[in-house]
Order: sequence, then C-alpha cells, then structure tokens
Amino acid sequence: MSITLKINGATREITADADTPLLWVIRDELNLTGTKFGCGVASCGSCTVHVDGEPQRSCVLPISAVGDSEVTTIDAIDTPQGKAVQAAWRELDVVQCGYCQSGQIMSAAGLLTSNAKPSDEDIDTYMKGNACRCATYHRIRAAIHRASDILEG
Amino acid sequence: MSATNKVPMNRRSFLKSTAVVGGAMAVGFNVSGVLAATSESASGASVGFNPFVKIGPDGTVAVVIKHFEMGQGTSTGLTTLVAEELDVAWDKVAVEFAPSHDNYKNLAFGGQGTGGSTAIANSFMQYRQAGAVARDMLVRAAAEKWGVDASTIMVKEGELSSGDNKGSFSDFVEPASKLEPNAEPVLKDASKFNLIGKNKLPRKDSEAKTNGTAVFAMDVKVPNMVYVTVLRSPLFGGTVKSFELGDADKVSGFVDAKVLPNKAGVAIYAESTWAAIKARRAITAEWDNAAAEERGSAEMLSEYNAMLDAEPTYDATGKGNLAETETAAKAAAKSVSADFHFPLLAHAPMEPLNCVIEPTEDGGVRLHDGCQFHMITHPTVAAILQIPPEKVDIVTYYAGGSFGRRANGGSDYHVEAALAFAALGGKTAVKLVWTREDDLAGGYYRPMFAQRAHIGIGDDGKIAAWGHRSVAQSIFKGGPMESIAVHNGVDHFSVEGIVDTPYQLPMALGLTDYESPMPVLWWRSVGHSQSGYTMEVLMDMAAEAAEADPVEFRLAHLDESDDNQARFAGVLKLAAEKAGWDGKPMKGKGRGVAVHKSFNSYVAQVMDVSVDADGAISIDKVVCAVDCGIAVNPDVVRAQMEGGIGFGLGAVMRNEITLKDGVVEQSNFPQYEPLRITDMPEVEVHIVQSDKEPTGVGEPGLPPAGAALANAIYAATGNRVTKLPMASNGVKFA
Repeated sequence: MSITLKINGATREITADADTPLLWVIRDELNLTGTKFGCGVASCGSCTVHVDGEPQRSCVLPISAVGDSEVTTIDAIDTPQGKAVQAAWRELDVVQCGYCQSGQIMSAAGLLTSNAKPSDEDIDTYMKGNACRCATYHRIRAAIHRASDILEG
Repeated sequence: MSATNKVPMNRRSFLKSTAVVGGAMAVGFNVSGVLAATSESASGASVGFNPFVKIGPDGTVAVVIKHFEMGQGTSTGLTTLVAEELDVAWDKVAVEFAPSHDNYKNLAFGGQGTGGSTAIANSFMQYRQAGAVARDMLVRAAAEKWGVDASTIMVKEGELSSGDNKGSFSDFVEPASKLEPNAEPVLKDASKFNLIGKNKLPRKDSEAKTNGTAVFAMDVKVPNMVYVTVLRSPLFGGTVKSFELGDADKVSGFVDAKVLPNKAGVAIYAESTWAAIKARRAITAEWDNAAAEERGSAEMLSEYNAMLDAEPTYDATGKGNLAETETAAKAAAKSVSADFHFPLLAHAPMEPLNCVIEPTEDGGVRLHDGCQFHMITHPTVAAILQIPPEKVDIVTYYAGGSFGRRANGGSDYHVEAALAFAALGGKTAVKLVWTREDDLAGGYYRPMFAQRAHIGIGDDGKIAAWGHRSVAQSIFKGGPMESIAVHNGVDHFSVEGIVDTPYQLPMALGLTDYESPMPVLWWRSVGHSQSGYTMEVLMDMAAEAAEADPVEFRLAHLDESDDNQARFAGVLKLAAEKAGWDGKPMKGKGRGVAVHKSFNSYVAQVMDVSVDADGAISIDKVVCAVDCGIAVNPDVVRAQMEGGIGFGLGAVMRNEITLKDGVVEQSNFPQYEPLRITDMPEVEVHIVQSDKEPTGVGEPGLPPAGAALANAIYAATGNRVTKLPMASNGVKFA
C-alpha cells in the first residue's frame, strides 16, 4: 500500500505492506538508522521513537496504524527534554556499546516531558522497558537527574 | 618496553612501495613490526604500510584503532595513549577503525583480534610509541625551521613553541613527513602524564552514540543489497533434508530461498529485513537430525552429576592426590561440602548478529562487520569463497555489544553470510540479519558447569584440605587455539580462577569434559564467570565453618610478601574499608564480600541487599575496588566495573538457556529477561593507584559480583545458593 508518513518534520511517501512495523520503514526505506532493532517484540526498547510526542516501540507498531501521527526519531529529536537528555548523556559518558542508547534517550525524553523532576523510583518504573546489556543503568539514572537539572536551568 | 621499539629501523624496505605525495604524515608499524613513518597519498589512503597515527596537512590527527569497540572503551583508550605522547588537544583527535591486516595484530594473541581484556594491556607501549615518534618528527622539523635545538621546543595541545617561535602541527607536517623516524622514541615519564590517568576524559564515541549517527554493521546498506535470514534446524547439529516454500513467495519483497552449501540451513533472500523475516515464517523444512543434540537440560544435568561422582578424567593440579585430599577434608572436625551447578548462558548482545558481504571489482569481497576476530574471520571468509586472502577487505564498525559472541574459532555468522552470498551466485551483496530468536537459539553459549568441593578446616582455623571436581564442556578443544589453551588434556579455561587462585590453598582439582554437538563459547570472563562464584561462595562457607570473619578469613590465606597475593589482599581490604565492613549482622539486610583475580586484574566487591516482608531480595549497593595497574581512563574503568557487575548480576539472578529434547526453550527477552534498571544497584568504584603496567577491565568486574550477591543473600536469609540461576533455585527478587 502507498503510505504518507509524517516523520522528523517532513512528509514522506512510501510503499509498504500494511503490517510492516514502523521500525523497518524507518530503517530500510527511509535510511534513518539511528533507531535500532533489538528484539522485535517490544521487550528491549531499542526501537523507541516518539509518536505525537509519546515514546512508542516501533518494532511492533504496524505502519498502517501510524496514520496522521507525527513520528520523531533520535536523528531529529529537538525538544528541550531531548536536547537536555543528550547533553546529560554526554556529560556523564553514559554510553558503552551504544546500541540501545537511542531508545534510552527517546524514553528518557518522554519521561521528563511528563515528569520534570522524577525520583529514582519514577525513573526505574518508566525506564524498565529499555534494556541495556552493558548495564549502563547506574549512569542512566544519574543522567536523567542531570537532564532534569539542566531543564530547570 | 615491548620488543617493537628495540628492533632497528628498516625504513627503506617499505619506502620502495610508497608513493610520496606529501603534505600529510603517518606513523605506524610495517611487516617487520618496526616503527615507520611516511607521507600519505592525497586521498588519505595509506600506502606501503599501516598507519597507527595519521596527521593531515591541516594538522588534524586521526588514531587508527586496531581493536573493535564493543562498548569497552577501546576507541577512547588507544586514542588516549597516542594523544598523551603526541601532546595534541583531546578534542582535536579523530578515531578510525583499522582495516584487517597483520600489522594490527594483538600483541597478546599474535593475530588481529579483541578479547581476553587485552586491548589496553597489549597496546600500552605500542600506541604511546606511535604518538612519541610523530611528536619527535614534528619537533625536529620545527627545530630545523627555527634554527633552534630540538630540546628547547615545547609541545602543548598541538602547539609548538621555542622562545618567541610558535607554530601548529599544520606548519610542520610536510617537512616532518620527510624525516627519518626515531626507532627508539623517548616516552614520557608517568609523572608527566596529562591524559593517562586523568579522572574524566570524554569518551570518543559519546556524541555519535547519543544522536543516532554511530554506524553499526546493522546500519550498513550497499548498492543492490539483498537481506538474508536463515532457517536453521531447531536441533544443534541438524542439517537440511528438504524445504517447502509455502507462501513465502507471496511475501512482497521475497527474492529467493536456497539451501546453504553446507546444509546447515535455508537462506531466505528478500528486498528488506522485514520481508526476509516474514518470508522465513512461511517456510518449512525437513531436517536430518542423526548427528544432532537431542538431550534436554535435565538429562544433561544428571549426566554432569554422574560425571562428578565418577573418577575425573584429568588431574588439573597434577599431584595425583584428589582422593586423599577429599578424604582428609571430609574427615576434618570442621568441614564444608557443596555442589554447584551453572546453566548455559547466551551473550545476547543488544545488536543481533549481522554482517554484509559485497563483491568488489577485483573479484574479491568486502565484509562489513562489527569484527572482533579479524585473524580468524579474514582467512575463513577467503577459504569459504575460495579467493586469496588479499582479496578480502574487512570494514569494522561499532559493535552493539559482544561479550565474546562475535568472536569464535569458526566465525559462524561470517561463514553463514559467505555461504549465503555464494549460494546466490557471488555477484550480489548480501546482508545477513539474525533476529533475537536466532540469537538465543543459536548456540555458542557459556558452557554448563558442575562442581563439587570438600573443604576441611585445620586446627589453626585455616583450610587444611580442598578437594575439588569440575565437569565442563571444553571451549577450546577442537578449535584453532586448542594448542595454547589445552595442556595435558586440561582446557585451562575450564579450571581458571580455581587452579590459579592467589589464595594459599592445599588444593587438588580433577576435571572431566562433557561432550555435546552444541557449540559453546567464551562468555564475558570465560571460566571465571563460574569459578569466581564457586571459589568465593566456598570461601564464605569455609569462613563460617571456621567461625571467622569472611574478610579476615580470606586475608589469613594470603601471603602479602608476594606481590600477586598482596594486590589481591589490597583490593579486598580497600573494598571492605570503603564499605565500612564490620561483620555485624543487620536486620532485614545482608552484606556479602567477594574478591577474584582475572585477566591479571584484581577486583573485590562488598554487596548490600535488603529483604522485604515477602522475603524478596533487592540489591541496594555495591562497593567495588579494582587494581588494574595504571588506570589509563579511570572513568572507563569505572564504567566497565559497573557494567561487569550488572552483566554478572543479571545472569546469576535469572538467566539460563535450557533445552527440551534438544530444542532451546527461550525464544526472546521475555524468556531470557536481561538485567533491568529496576534491578541495578548503586555502584561505587575505587581504583587502586598504581604504577604497574595496565591490565584488563572489560571482564574482571564480573566474576566477584555473583558471589558477593550470594554471600549477601546468605547473610540476610540463611539461604546458601549454589545452583544457578538463583530465581530458579528458590530466591525471589523484588
């Protein structure tokens, strides 16, 4: 089917089967490779993107279900929360292998959008679906607090 | 000093093949292993030898990284070594990954590859030398231009000065490139280090890994590439008899399906990853399972236990005294006996295995890969495709984790990709993609281990006899590195961490190999992944039997006049001190300690847990002490301790790969639940100040973590966990 997708501020025309997960449209069709494939069953969060500002697992979201929604990927996140999270991630050198970090950052930006001053418990609850095999969690927690401080100014 | 800077220069031998264009310089090592320097072609491509440091006409510096970056920090670490000696500003140095070439060999392996926590250790002198040679050439070029003695020239953050003379690297690159390199450059004294040991030097890969621009092999797309998934036998060792397409050819984007030439599976070719995944679901195959593994985990475990009961095949301690040691241990007034079981474990790196093979114009191929073992993968791909090795080019990308999985003696996924490429005719680029299901069912697991120990305490309160049996499936036997790992039948990696413990122990160790067609592999910290647990839980049990404090008991078995034992004791004491260890019980809480040496580094951890009203355990905090010699990048060392602890904890808490009639029971993360942020304790890392040569950090943080947790759980609950994972053996986590 022919699909019009609003992504990263642009409108793109693509052809894909209705059941194609958004992830594979983003990666294989649009060549936006910052969004990662980790499990395909919404269990690791590496594929997290924003759909109308909300973190979503793109590996299980059929392209046909996206409709008119605005999709934002790591490649183009420019909200204050997104930028603060990226800055905090660099300041604390959170990354190791880095493969899950696009998803971690998209989730963290979502958290700070809904909760500007999260506690450790808030962070753990919200970020639980984003797996990191390098176990950078200790720094992720610290970096989310740091991003919160950056946003507070 | 390593041998590489003692060999006399032999510059002429490579200059013959060098086309000097000028304007840029490079320093590296040629086939003789000696330092070399030359100009580069204007295109930036290296000619004649393999550069380690490249300085462009504009003064920009690039460090060529011979190891792959799987998150362990090697691109930051090796760059630090060059930048230190070159005196260039940190933010002005770029990083690139080396091509596949023997000049980039791991000096600890003798071939190009990453593993065994060796990257910094083997590169420490080599990369500093490369930086020092480049600096020396720039300084001499400046001295000549300014008419001053080279010794008067200072270099700071890429700027040279002598009195009123000032200049940048860019001013001297061209004349410097024409000078003879100094075969024995003077390296900085450690007291002059500006970058090595600096508490916080920004990682080189942080920016790209936080804005989506870091390129992993999974992100590679080349012209006319088709995507490949492979349908494999559900049983290890099964081969394809026949297959039915079903409705696969109705999947839009489906291209073809072919049996791999080695019959290990059916390759499904498609125009997108999704089409290759979807089409595979429609295909069914008949398998020949005559040589396949058809046992289940329960059956395997009972065989392991029977092997523990039988006379061990090998005497790993070589004194022929296992029986008498066990008898003495059991007869002691105070004694300890325990059996340990360790399950199969998958590495499950976040980036599922994948690589791209594309044809090149000269009839060769280019492999795009998060390549860990060039020395094996390069010749293996050449052999599979029946082309000369010089026609194989490997481009290395960031790897989304490995934990050992991307390196193995058979280069399994590269072979699969090469076979799929060949089966399609060898003219079309292919991208092999594994799904998470493929990864968890794909074998190459950390082997199962079973161990049994009998320990007797003597009248002096110290261990008087330690009889130990181990049963393991050998990782190295039958592989290309068997000769370096196996001696007198004993695979060292089945017994490491036990047979070579720094403790003074009267130990006898017997080993029996378990056999299976299921492939097993090194998994972060290899044999230490289980020996750290066994040894340190046993030391805790022995301390209790001896009615001694766990820390004091351990120290009583160490002779601190010996450097090795002193460093082992040193981290133990440091962790205990920083944690405020006092041995007193705390209501609703438990504290455990463990210390282990691996990859020439020493790590001790004190772990605190809480128990809630339902008896569920939370891991609160870990205080970790590490002695890894000179900590080149202390923040990377801390990160590796944090990560090693987390990786170790997740595994012992709840990870296991199990088989039912030979079929893997875990399909995806919901059945092989990785450590989550909710499980992760606070981690505090203390690094021992040292002037000793740097040793590994990627793996050594892991071995003590499980044992410290087990000992803390015992302190809190009285439950001594010797069978893993904990969650399958009576431990509930909050």
